[in-house]
Amino acid sequence: MSEAGSGDVALHGVSVRAASGIQWSAVATLWWREIIRFVRQRSRVTGAFAQPLVFWLLLGAGLNDSFRAPGAAESGYVAYFFPGVIAMVLLFTAIFATIAIVEDRQGGFLQGVLVAPVSRMSIVLGQSLGCTTLAVGQGLLFLLLAPLVGFPLSVAGALLGFVLMTLIGFALANLGLVIAWRMDSTQGFHAIMNLLLLPMWILSGAFFPAGGATSWLRLVMAVNPLTYGVAALRRTLYLGSPVPPEVAVLPDLWVSVGVTALFAAVMFAAASMTVRRSVG
Amino acid sequence: MAAAVEVEHLTHRFGDRVAVDDLSLTVASGEIFALLGPNGSGKTTMFRVLSTLLEPSGGRVRIFGADTASEAEAVRRSFGVVFQRPSVDPKLTVLENLRHHGRLYRVSGAELSSRCDEMLGRVGLTDRAGDSVETLSGGLQRRVELAKALLHRPRLLLLDEPSTGLDPGARREFNRHLADLRERDGVTILLTTHYMEEAERCDRVGIMDSGKLVRVDTPAALKASVGGDVVVVQALDLSDLGNRIRDRFGVEAAPVDGALRIERERGHELVQQLVDAFPDDVQSVTFGKPTLEDAFIHITGRRLWEGGEEEAA
Repeated sequence: MSEAGSGDVALHGVSVRAASGIQWSAVATLWWREIIRFVRQRSRVTGAFAQPLVFWLLLGAGLNDSFRAPGAAESGYVAYFFPGVIAMVLLFTAIFATIAIVEDRQGGFLQGVLVAPVSRMSIVLGQSLGCTTLAVGQGLLFLLLAPLVGFPLSVAGALLGFVLMTLIGFALANLGLVIAWRMDSTQGFHAIMNLLLLPMWILSGAFFPAGGATSWLRLVMAVNPLTYGVAALRRTLYLGSPVPPEVAVLPDLWVSVGVTALFAAVMFAAASMTVRRSVG
Repeated sequence: MAAAVEVEHLTHRFGDRVAVDDLSLTVASGEIFALLGPNGSGKTTMFRVLSTLLEPSGGRVRIFGADTASEAEAVRRSFGVVFQRPSVDPKLTVLENLRHHGRLYRVSGAELSSRCDEMLGRVGLTDRAGDSVETLSGGLQRRVELAKALLHRPRLLLLDEPSTGLDPGARREFNRHLADLRERDGVTILLTTHYMEEAERCDRVGIMDSGKLVRVDTPAALKASVGGDVVVVQALDLSDLGNRIRDRFGVEAAPVDGALRIERERGHELVQQLVDAFPDDVQSVTFGKPTLEDAFIHITGRRLWEGGEEEAA
C-alpha cells in the first residue's frame, strides 16, 4: 500500500507542493462548469449582454449629434462608442464571473477543488478561460454588428478582433480573479467595481478620446492597459481601410496588441500567485 | 504499513491565539476515529491542516507516510474530504457534480461513467442522477457529498461535522454508510463532531479542549474512566448544598451547568440518602450509568455546550 504512495512521491519529485504544471482535464472541467452555470442562469445571460447594448443605444442616440471627437469630421458617437461597448461587454462578463467566484468561495465548492490534486495554476486557468469564452462569445455578437454601424470591417479585421477580445477578456477575467480571491463578500466587491473596474473602462478611451481630456487624465489614460486594448479594437475595425483622424492619433496597432498581450500575461501570473497564497 | 494519519507536535497560531497546541495523534489504517470537542476547541483548525488547506505554524502531519506540507499532491490523491459547508454545485445535476469531481482527479471516459454509476447506486441516488442538487433534501445532498468524496477511491475519508444539519433519521443513515465503507473497502475514517451519539459509534475518540488533545481512548474506556455512576442534583443554592453533601457523605459534588454532579459507585443508594438528608433543598435527583457526555465532563470539567460558549467569547 505504501508502495503506491512512495511511487507517487518519487514521480513528482521534491517540489510537489508548488504543484507541478497544468492538469488539462481539471482545466477543462472547471471551464465547462463556468459555461454550464452561465447558460442555466438566465439573468446572467441577459445582464452581461443587454446592459452594454442598452448603454450603447441610449448614449449613442443621445450623444450622437452633440459629440464631435477632436479632429473628427463626420463619425458620430454611435460609431465612436462602438469599440468601447465591446470592451464593456468583456468587462461586465468578467465582473459577473468574479461575483460568482466570491460566492463559490463563500459556499464550499472551491474548498472541494482546492483539496483535489490539482495545481493552483490549473484552477486559475480553468476559471479564467471559462470567463473568457463567455466574454468573447458575447463580444463576437457585437462585432458582427460593426458593418451595420458603417465600419469597413474586413475578414482579417474580424479575426484580429477575435484574438484581441480573447486577450482583453482573459486579462480582465484574471484581474477579476485576483480581486475575487482576496474578497470575502460580494459587498466589498461593489466598492472595487465602482472605484477600480468602471473607472478603468471609462478612462480607456472607450467613452471619450484622450485628446479632449485634461493633462493629468491623459496621463492616467496612457498608463491604463485597457486603453491599448480599446485602441487596438478601434484600429481593427478599420483594418485595411484608411482610418479617420481621431483613430490616427491612437497608439500604433501592433504596440497596442503587444501591450494587451502583456496585460493578459501579467494578470494571469498575478491570479496564479494570489490563488497559490490563498488558503481557500 | 504506514499509519493512516500521524500528527507530531502540531501547533497552529492565529496571531497570539494558539488554536492547536502541541498535538500528537496516530490513527491506524482501517480505524474510525472521532475528534470530539466544542466549537473553538481547535478541531476545525486541525481539520484544515489535515485536509492541506492550512499550513501549520509548527509540527508535521503525515497521511499514509506522505507529508501534508511537502507532498501535498500525494496526500490529496489519497484522501477524500467532506466539508461542513456543501462542496457540490447546487446548479449542476447530481451526475454532473460527480463527473466534474472525477475529472479533477483525472478519471475519464468509461472508467468515470462506471464509477459514477457505482457511487450513485451505493448512496441510493441512481434515480435522482439527472436532478439538480438544489432540488434535493439536506440528507440527500449530504449523500452526494459522500459519493463525490469517494469517487476517486480514497483510502482515508476526512469528514468535518458530517451530521450537522441532518435530522436524526438522515444522521443514522449517513453513519450506516460510513460503517459499511470501512467494512467493505477498509477505508480509514477521521471525523470531527460535537455529537456524543456520533462519537459513540467510532472505534476511538479523541477529546479536544482548548487546542489540546486531552484524552484518546475507546468510547467504552472513556465511559469507564468515570468512577461508577453519575448522580445529578438540582437545587436552588448549589454551593451551599455542595458543601453540605461533602461534609455529610464525603463525596465531591461539582457544580456543572446549573446542577451538582456526583460520580460514585452504587449511586442509586446515594439518591435515597440525599433526598432523606436534605428534603427541603433538593429539587430533583437523577441517576444514570455514565455516558460519553459524562466522560467528557469528567475529563474536561465542563459540559460540551457550555465550553463552546466560553471558547467563542
